[in-house]
Amino acid sequence: MNAPVASIPWLVATVVAIRSETASVKTMTFDVPCWPGHLAGQHVDLRLTAEDGYVAQRSYSIASAGGLGSRIDLTVDLVADGEVSGFLHEELTVGDRIELRGPIGGYFVWSPRQDNGLLLVAGGAGIVPLMSILRTRASAKSKRPARLLYSSRNADRIIYGDELDALAALPNGVVLTHTITRGAPPGWRGERSRIGRVMLTRREFMPADDPDVFVCGPTAFVETVAGHLVAMGHAASKVRTERFGPTGEQQE
Amino acid sequence: MHVTRGFKGERRPGMADRARLPPGQFLTPEFPVLTAGPTIHTPVDHWKLALQNGGSLIATWTWDQFEALPQTELQTDIHCVTKWSKFDTRWRGVTIDDIFRAAAVEVPPTSYLMAYCDGGYTTNLLVSDLIKGRAMIATRFDDLPLLPSHGGPARLLVPHLYFWKSAKWVRRLAFRNEDDPGFWESRGYHRRGDPWREQRYDGDPE
Ligand SMILES: Cc1cc2nc3c(=O)[nH]c(=O)nc-3n(C[C@H](O)[C@H](O)[C@H](O)COP(=O)(O)OP(=O)(O)OC[C@H]3O[C@@H](n4cnc5c(N)ncnc54)[C@H](O)[C@@H]3O)c2cc1C
Repeated sequence: MNAPVASIPWLVATVVAIRSETASVKTMTFDVPCWPGHLAGQHVDLRLTAEDGYVAQRSYSIASAGGLGSRIDLTVDLVADGEVSGFLHEELTVGDRIELRGPIGGYFVWSPRQDNGLLLVAGGAGIVPLMSILRTRASAKSKRPARLLYSSRNADRIIYGDELDALAALPNGVVLTHTITRGAPPGWRGERSRIGRVMLTRREFMPADDPDVFVCGPTAFVETVAGHLVAMGHAASKVRTERFGPTGEQQE
Repeated sequence: MHVTRGFKGERRPGMADRARLPPGQFLTPEFPVLTAGPTIHTPVDHWKLALQNGGSLIATWTWDQFEALPQTELQTDIHCVTKWSKFDTRWRGVTIDDIFRAAAVEVPPTSYLMAYCDGGYTTNLLVSDLIKGRAMIATRFDDLPLLPSHGGPARLLVPHLYFWKSAKWVRRLAFRNEDDPGFWESRGYHRRGDPWREQRYDGDPE
């Protein structure tokens, strides 16, 4: 038998900043005493407790770069009628204390020591853990090539838009492609449809050079995109996926 | 208990539902999909199930042979470690007891078992969690063939444990002398995964 392991403890985190990313997305910065550090791609479990002991828990990916600091960012999309995302958007304010535990997840993770090229595909809020990967990659000054294909319903819904542009402009920066699935604005230079095999090929998401592939978003989005990638020849074992949950649509 | 300021829990489920929800879980009407990688598509004419003791083969079944084994229907609640639970899901398949019986395994040779799947996924189980009607290899959901995204053509169904134990695309069950960790169990998740004890991650209470 293995030696007993300490459980991942619940920590009380303090909200130190809240900012709006889009009309329905906010980033909350937490100060977490005793935070053990995390790898890009990992998530936390967050626990809300009512006066009478009723508890709601959900998972949220860590948006900030991997490392040892005691501050983490979570970026939360407001889900219609959502119990926890609704509370975080409508009730939570700076100074509030909230319980979370982590980091969690040992598979959908990336560290700068991973030597292969990176192919990242995000749908909607699925950009969150991929942003952590890109931030980690930038602070490590990694020279390995990286590409991101990021699908949003419309241009107003793009999360981290300016920061992504800045990351793309760095030396060895990420090669960034946006696609907008509904009504691209005039002068739009990105893609204009849902992600399919043709777009993945055009944007050089082929399996050459054995890249590490990360796909994150609503369940149906991940199902479709991961299916295309495998059909294009990516080894299933190289395609890591994180499914955030249901949406009524095939893709964001 | 750390009360969260301003959280009233107004959207909580009713009392009857709450009694069926393990701690930290919420009820969903959907059937979410969770997998570490892409969905695997295995045609049934390429499908075989093997039962082994360590490395040595005890029995194998082709799809048609497996379909000819006694079929059991099961209605049950299921609980995923990512927090969703779904009530009254309806499955059909072959119980592990019937699989062992068909292989003339009267007494399981060891206390542990590893499930191996297409795509390389593995999960470790106690044999006692699989027998006495507690688990099956399921091939139908709601009377229809199980979709690949939900583990079809055949998945393990161990509904009293977190759903990562109900391995999709299962192809091989092997008795083991040790409780070696499987895929998620070696990546920070609990070795047994009982939702009623909230055994989510390594180190959560036994
Ligand atoms: C590993 C992991 C990481 C995640 N990371 C993030 C993240 O970084 N940012 C983020 O915003 N979310 C993330 N999620 C999703 C998050 O955990 C919640 O599911 C989401 O916030 C909805 O919870 P809720 O309590 O607000 O809604 P609920 O009260 O649970 O649901 C309300 C309604 O919305 C539907 N619904 C539930 N989840 C979703 C969804 N994701 N999309 C659309 N409809 C939904 C439900 O079916 C229900 O009808 C992650 C999920 C997982 C499993």
